[in-house]
Amino acid sequence: MSRGLVVVVASMVLAFGLVRLDAQRGNPQPPRAPRAAAPIDLTGYWVSIVTQDWRWRMVTPRKGDYQGIPLTLAAAKVADAWDPAKDEAAGQQCKSYGAPALMSVPGRIHITWQDDNTLKVDADAGTQTRVLRFGAAQAAANTPRTWQGISEAQWLPARPNVPLQLRPAERTADTPPIRPTGGSLQVVTKNLRAGYLRKNGVPYSENAVMTEFWDLYKRPNGEEWLTITTQVEDPLYLRTARLVAPVFKKEADGSKWDPTPCSSTW
Amino acid sequence: MVNSRVNRIRLAALIAVVALSAAPVYAQIDLTGTWQRVGQNDNGASREPVDLLGMPFSPDGRAKALSYDIAALSATERQCQMYPPIYAIVGPFPLQFTMVPDPVTQKLLAWKIAGWGDRDETVIWMDGRPHPSKNAPHSHGGFTTGAWEGDTLTAVTTHAKLGDIKRHRGFSSDRATLTYRFNRHGDTLTVTGILEDPVYMAEPYALTEVYRLTTNPNNFPLTACEPIEELPSLHEDPTLVPHYLPGKHPAMNEVTEHYNIPLEAVVGGPETMYPEYRKTLKDKYVMPPPCKEGCGRPPAPGQGRGQGQGLNQQGEPPAGGRGAAPPAGRGAAPPQ
Repeated sequence: MSRGLVVVVASMVLAFGLVRLDAQRGNPQPPRAPRAAAPIDLTGYWVSIVTQDWRWRMVTPRKGDYQGIPLTLAAAKVADAWDPAKDEAAGQQCKSYGAPALMSVPGRIHITWQDDNTLKVDADAGTQTRVLRFGAAQAAANTPRTWQGISEAQWLPARPNVPLQLRPAERTADTPPIRPTGGSLQVVTKNLRAGYLRKNGVPYSENAVMTEFWDLYKRPNGEEWLTITTQVEDPLYLRTARLVAPVFKKEADGSKWDPTPCSSTW
Repeated sequence: MVNSRVNRIRLAALIAVVALSAAPVYAQIDLTGTWQRVGQNDNGASREPVDLLGMPFSPDGRAKALSYDIAALSATERQCQMYPPIYAIVGPFPLQFTMVPDPVTQKLLAWKIAGWGDRDETVIWMDGRPHPSKNAPHSHGGFTTGAWEGDTLTAVTTHAKLGDIKRHRGFSSDRATLTYRFNRHGDTLTVTGILEDPVYMAEPYALTEVYRLTTNPNNFPLTACEPIEELPSLHEDPTLVPHYLPGKHPAMNEVTEHYNIPLEAVVGGPETMYPEYRKTLKDKYVMPPPCKEGCGRPPAPGQGRGQGQGLNQQGEPPAGGRGAAPPAGRGAAPPQ
């Protein structure tokens, strides 16, 4: 047997396996636009369900209350100097509505496709808009920093729905093909304007990086729930990553949509 | 001749090895390991005995919560009762996942989340078995089945006993259903729990917790519980049942006194978890004076913990449960 034959056979088998693996992971050939390729449908109106951190989210908490946030001494120094009236006077009343905090602000969000490559997330609290672009979303060097920053989105399709087994299943030729279902949306946000993680002045810096995973849950009773796992990394103001997972529930329509302006005090 | 046979065997072995490596990836999402609770929310933390903020209790659920005296846990017959399944999310300890293989086929039969001191283990049956009859016995851990939906494990628990949730602030009944969603992203695991209870909840109670895979777990193993004499008064008079009569809870106003939050919000209800509830608060809430104690301040250089005794690395108080510092009320004298 020649070595060449071995290489050819091995290459064929490996290539076949990679193609199958690629198909399993849901990478379509040829690639479709993100809107058409969406493994989950996030569009619609969603209301935040405030069952956690209520007294830090539903009201403006007292100054100096930092429980739950792994802030640094530098951050505490900034937060200790928090003056909401001063922020208001300086036109910075949206500091607590930036992307790292916005999904935890009580309110409703409206998710739509702006185009085939862009999801738009409007929030009625603070009347903010997040733009989630699929593909490279690198900011030019002189791009102004904003409350919502620049967000790069990516679908994470589910792998095939094959039960985890300690040895492979017996699959016959007539076994139906494996169809992956579900998936997640990953969003990485940078180029932020410095703001507040919490309404009472706990800061994040302009170098903060936020990574989110948006996971949808369609229940048998028709309800749809959305969990957004949110990780904020900011070596200047956070000792460890800030990790929370706000929850939303889908609403039938926008009848409760209630845009309100940013406020430093309420 | 011999060489030719050896070569054929080698070729067959090579093809088999390469083919196996190219086979479908059967491992869907592996949850095996110990997942440390990040704990940056107030799931298990509350300083005040009456804090039902954002909890969608029905009137019955609220009445049950406000009648509860935590000294009841010192009664001999209650000392070894465990918390209900939602304690996996609101409790202080890591989730320790193991796979349970079928002993014959070695296929995945169930996932097991190990119990800890006061929480029973959770076995998530993955073999499609049905839940028992509604008249079947209930256990502390309940009966749980699971199924994969894409990369998400969805598990449903029924048949659990009544128990107190969120650090002794309210109860779930033995008719409650808890649905978990386990979403793994790298070494981060997000668990979303939706508790539905026709007895004590007016709407589903949704909570999340984030965990990180760890190789240095701080577990609190499940061990046998032995009742002891915790409160002499309960042993001297076994007929005492610690409780509060309606409207008589002594800590009813603590949250309002500490944070200026109106009492109507403190006692919870489904309306308190929706954003529009803020409108009812706007003219009633006045920001209290700055926080002076137990505020979660970062540690000073050279110190390991933040301000306040018993705060974890995020600066929050420890979640409740036996093994944690007793909250106010535990061990207090029962009502006379």
